Amino acid sequence: MRRILVRRGLQSLLVALGVGLLAFLITRLLPGDAAATWAGPRASAEELARVRLQLGLDRPLPEQAFRYITDLVSGNWGISIHTRQPVLSDVAGRFMTSLELVTIALLIAALIGIPLGVLAARWKGRPPDWFAGLTSSVLASVPIFWLGLLLQLLIATELKWLPVAGRWDRTLNEVAVAATRTHMVLVDALFAGNGALFVSGLSHLVMPALVIAAYPIGLFARLTRAGLLETMGEEHVRMARATGYTERAIIWRFALRPSMGPVLSALALVFGFALGNTFLVENLFNFQGLGSYAVDSIAALDAPAIAGTTIFVALAYLAANLVVDLARPVMDPRLRDAGR
Amino acid sequence: MAAPGRALRYVAVRPGLAIGLSIVAILAMGAILAPLLAPFPGDAGNDTNLLATLQPPGGVHPLGTDLAGRDVWSRILFGVRISVGVSVVIIVAALAVGVPVGLFAGAAGGALDALLMRIVDIFLAFPSLLLALAIAATLGPSMEHAAIAIVVSWWPWYARLMRGEAAAIRGRAYVEAARLLGIAPWRVTLRHILPNAIGPVIVQSSLDLGGVILTFAALSFLGLGAQDPTPEWGLMVEQGRTLTSTQPWVALFPGAAIMVAALAFTLLGEGLRERLDPKGVARP
Repeated sequence: MRRILVRRGLQSLLVALGVGLLAFLITRLLPGDAAATWAGPRASAEELARVRLQLGLDRPLPEQAFRYITDLVSGNWGISIHTRQPVLSDVAGRFMTSLELVTIALLIAALIGIPLGVLAARWKGRPPDWFAGLTSSVLASVPIFWLGLLLQLLIATELKWLPVAGRWDRTLNEVAVAATRTHMVLVDALFAGNGALFVSGLSHLVMPALVIAAYPIGLFARLTRAGLLETMGEEHVRMARATGYTERAIIWRFALRPSMGPVLSALALVFGFALGNTFLVENLFNFQGLGSYAVDSIAALDAPAIAGTTIFVALAYLAANLVVDLARPVMDPRLRDAGR
Repeated sequence: MAAPGRALRYVAVRPGLAIGLSIVAILAMGAILAPLLAPFPGDAGNDTNLLATLQPPGGVHPLGTDLAGRDVWSRILFGVRISVGVSVVIIVAALAVGVPVGLFAGAAGGALDALLMRIVDIFLAFPSLLLALAIAATLGPSMEHAAIAIVVSWWPWYARLMRGEAAAIRGRAYVEAARLLGIAPWRVTLRHILPNAIGPVIVQSSLDLGGVILTFAALSFLGLGAQDPTPEWGLMVEQGRTLTSTQPWVALFPGAAIMVAALAFTLLGEGLRERLDPKGVARP
């Protein structure tokens, strides 16, 4: 176990280094002048030259890359052009906000997707299976920025069940701002012991979370179905069946847990995918997370902020992959003995 | 004469492949015949009609008009060429990069293989939408740049898949035999490994086409892809975004077109995979 930990840790470090290098290549080697982007469109020739010197753009590329990486490691991610704040603290705060959104989304996806997959496996080849299959294909094909607009129109504007946009009710603004500690409205509301803020925050989270959950719902359903169908043929399930348990009890008590392997291993992938999708959803819902930060940075041609967001998300994704890899043997005892 | 009967029965049990194929055929017809089918072909280009802006669906404008008075139906029809057409080009380009890299790595093995796959790992460390976004943002907003950005973020998937297939086939007896016969390594790779390894990659690419359509539309929606007046569906959704509560047709119809096209390729890909590779693994 420890050997696996060390090996995977080192591997991840290498990939993290590569992520930094690739980000460097994207920002420096592609057409477009980093100095011009930094100095802004109205910069004079002298200013440009000064910025170029300041950024070290006159140095040889390997040296620039080395400086870029050491800056990243020491936490110096540059200053955002549009917020004028250090990129790392900007990105870290916004990331927490999006993390809350993505967590709720994945919870929704598990709560809908896994039962849907169970349904499909239980009635394999019958109408419930077709329904689950079609649902997951449709959810994998829906452009989520459009789904967001559609839900806003139906659920918020027409039915008025949920608020259209924002992160909490504006009347709660003072409480919410005062409670800002973790950048997560639900956690902050709990810390402050403010029930009204919690309810308001949750009601604002549901719709964007549902939109982000669209693809994971279908994927979870599909993986649950496949895993369950495989487990249903195994010895312990046949044993349970011979003992006279009902089919429902067999699925929920014996077969489902060992079938969750594929869902667990897909978790990191889905996390990265969902995090990427906040870029398409957050602005629709006026949700001040990492996604809207990135979109604003792109609109402002804010190169350090764009690079910072990209690197941060890649590192978070890498960490999620590592956690999932290491958690799987904990969740599934069968994997512990399998010498890798 | 059992074959047509069997095909029909297959369609009845698994209609996905047939439905997907039919929609793809309709899309292809739409793309080819757009100039004949569109009531206002000019509206897909530089024409504007400021006397007929935001007309509701009906009459001469079956799906209404947008803010510039352009016929939404005509723009959706011509949009097939952009939203689906460019996505096909993107997938082909990603294959053209990923397949040779993966084939080379898998067939060569050793240190070169390890090095190439570590490079692939680094690309795959970014969620693909994010990498595409970062590259498109760096290159500057245009349709070509968005396409390049998506190719750069998608080719590693094909390199990895191709490498796995090639490495598995490299050890087979017939490849060994060919090598022992003294056939040049590049010839063994191209004639014996490639044709036997490419199947799953092709199936995967047809499944991915839906994802590329969504990604390309997403980049345009964010302003990094196609620019007005190009009738790109994601861009059209963006243009109608603020009007959804009053003139929903401007954004909702192009968005529905994206969904139908993506769904068609998803169904097609799933159907193909079920037929050719029943044990395939899912990924976004």
